[in-house]
Amino acid sequence: MTATVTEGRTERLERVSAATRTFMSRHAAMTPTFAALVILALLLVGAEASLRGDFVTPRTISSLLLDNAYLLILAVGMTFVILTGGIDLSVGSVMAFTGILGAQLLGSGVPAWLAVTVMLAGGSAIGLLIGVLVQYFDVQPFIASLAGLFLARGLAFVVSLSSIRVEDTGVLWLQQNRIRLGDWYITPTGILALVVVALAAFTLHLTRFGRTVYAIGGNEQSARLMGLDVARTKVAVYVISGFCGGLAGLVLTAYSGAGYPRNGIGTELDAIAAVVIGGTLLTGGRGYVLGTLVGVAVFGTIKTIISFMGAEQSWMQIIVGALLLLFIVIQRAIVARAERRR
Amino acid sequence: MTTFWKHRLFWPAAALVALVTVNSIARPRFLSITMRDGELYGALIDILRNSAPLMLVALGMTIVIATRGIDLSVGAIMAVSGAVALTVIDGSDDPGNLGTVLVAVATAIAVALVLGVWNGFLVAVLGIQPIIATLVLMLAGRGVALLITGGFITTVNSDPFSYIASGYLTLVPFALVISVVAVAVIALVERRTALGVLTEAVGINPEASRLAGVRSRGIVWGAYVLSGALAGVAGIVYASNIKAADANAAGLFIELYAILAVVLGGTSLAGGKFSVAGTVIGVLVIQTLESTILFLGVPSAQSPVFFALVVVVVVMVQSKRVRGAFGMVRRPGRDGPTGPPGPSKHEAVTGRRTEVAA
Repeated sequence: MTATVTEGRTERLERVSAATRTFMSRHAAMTPTFAALVILALLLVGAEASLRGDFVTPRTISSLLLDNAYLLILAVGMTFVILTGGIDLSVGSVMAFTGILGAQLLGSGVPAWLAVTVMLAGGSAIGLLIGVLVQYFDVQPFIASLAGLFLARGLAFVVSLSSIRVEDTGVLWLQQNRIRLGDWYITPTGILALVVVALAAFTLHLTRFGRTVYAIGGNEQSARLMGLDVARTKVAVYVISGFCGGLAGLVLTAYSGAGYPRNGIGTELDAIAAVVIGGTLLTGGRGYVLGTLVGVAVFGTIKTIISFMGAEQSWMQIIVGALLLLFIVIQRAIVARAERRR
Repeated sequence: MTTFWKHRLFWPAAALVALVTVNSIARPRFLSITMRDGELYGALIDILRNSAPLMLVALGMTIVIATRGIDLSVGAIMAVSGAVALTVIDGSDDPGNLGTVLVAVATAIAVALVLGVWNGFLVAVLGIQPIIATLVLMLAGRGVALLITGGFITTVNSDPFSYIASGYLTLVPFALVISVVAVAVIALVERRTALGVLTEAVGINPEASRLAGVRSRGIVWGAYVLSGALAGVAGIVYASNIKAADANAAGLFIELYAILAVVLGGTSLAGGKFSVAGTVIGVLVIQTLESTILFLGVPSAQSPVFFALVVVVVVMVQSKRVRGAFGMVRRPGRDGPTGPPGPSKHEAVTGRRTEVAA
């Protein structure tokens, strides 16, 4: 009797493990995202244990979204670009430029709706420039977006050399208004970021445009031969990234209550790191915008843990670098396995 | 005459000449070099001396880019190297001693070498994309530098150490001597031995060159080690210039300027053919432009706008579409407005036509 029970158990185990194997081999592209989720869970559990139960509280988790809303928006835009196999180095500078531009406009009495429109349009315009350079002048994305980085950073300093305070109640409302549910809260900036994620997930998975983005990342020439509109899509992803840069500029301005031309130096690297940690392959064609959400969560959690522990911020850079390394090695292994099977 | 026009160093050199001409018209003292106590002074000398860190980094970057790679970590390696050197000097009893400085410099370069070996290992052995492999160190490196200096800006007062950036070797600044020696050594090793050809072979088609018996792994690895070591030297020159180790500011954005210099010099980011002379011209263009912008009274923080314009103009001049419009390419785009896919799009940039791209 005991024998049959154990037999049944092993059979069931085998069936489960077989099912897992089938699932994993069919959805190998999801493995890095799962790995990121596991790391996130480990981080939360580890922090909870070592910080004597002070960490996983509604307050901390809520502030995680609040503190990283701008990064989440940037990373979503970056996901579009990376999925096509490109890269956008300009996002941090675009965020700084649109932020200081908005602060300047608001300071000179321009109504908030107009200032916000100009910010979003400014970000999109720089994205458009990069996209046109990439698509129509055959410039590598790295160099084209480098030009965007220089342009936006320089323009930020042209607008103002020092920081400008924002007094506009409409913009500050985005940050200060807290919608509470018990101890949980969310700000309009957080809602904005989550809406961006939802819209991006919808666009990427359920629209023709989104499928074209994946197709270009998989094989650009095949996409073209299939009759997909490669040129327009490739320009569009950079415009989306630029638009997200503008939106992040708005969110960061609301968050810090000021525009500052030195904002976001190196933020493009944080965004790329979050996207990669979230499981998007830098070669393009594979990845999920929800993975990016996980990547940003991992990034933000590490930052919070480090500030909880009172450790130096330099550890942040080292840990993020190490995590990035771990994830690219995982990705490398997955790609190598997929190539062997082909 | 047509060959002269089509020489790939024509446009970079023309840009440099144009910049120098504009400068010498705008400020007549620009070209004058004066001799004081047997040492040369002048705007041109300043440009040459200040270009030393960028020159060193860009040289390494040229070789890395020739192998189809890119090294984003050079700025971080500069920060680490400066931090190591200054920490060694700061911790010694006698900061002014020549021996102490030599030990510090040697330690710093050794650490930079190790970091270069690490980058090369990730790229050449594990086969990780160069952009992302070096991004790891770019992110983590500054953190390491901050840990070494304990989060402070370490300053030292050491005459032999500040000699590196501001001293004179008889007539010329010592920093200039360092960069000239580096250029000469790399040009000789790459062009007078087969190494340069092998490097280009690896960059043009890694698989074909491996099948042809080129040890591509060693060559790619070596390129990153070289880049790391040169960035280490650049970090020492930078630290010596400001007599301090600033982990946040040292080498900030230098990877971008170095890549810009390499591209300005006509080396394609797609790898393959490279030009050391082109990189030297590219570095001088950037440094002269920087000096021009400062002279015009533009705050240096705003100078990136000018660099953006330069990048846009240069990449557009190099692009097939614009060249086709001006009849500078014999065969303009073959298949419509989007241009041919794949690496063939860079034919026009590097002027190579016969190689089979991967």
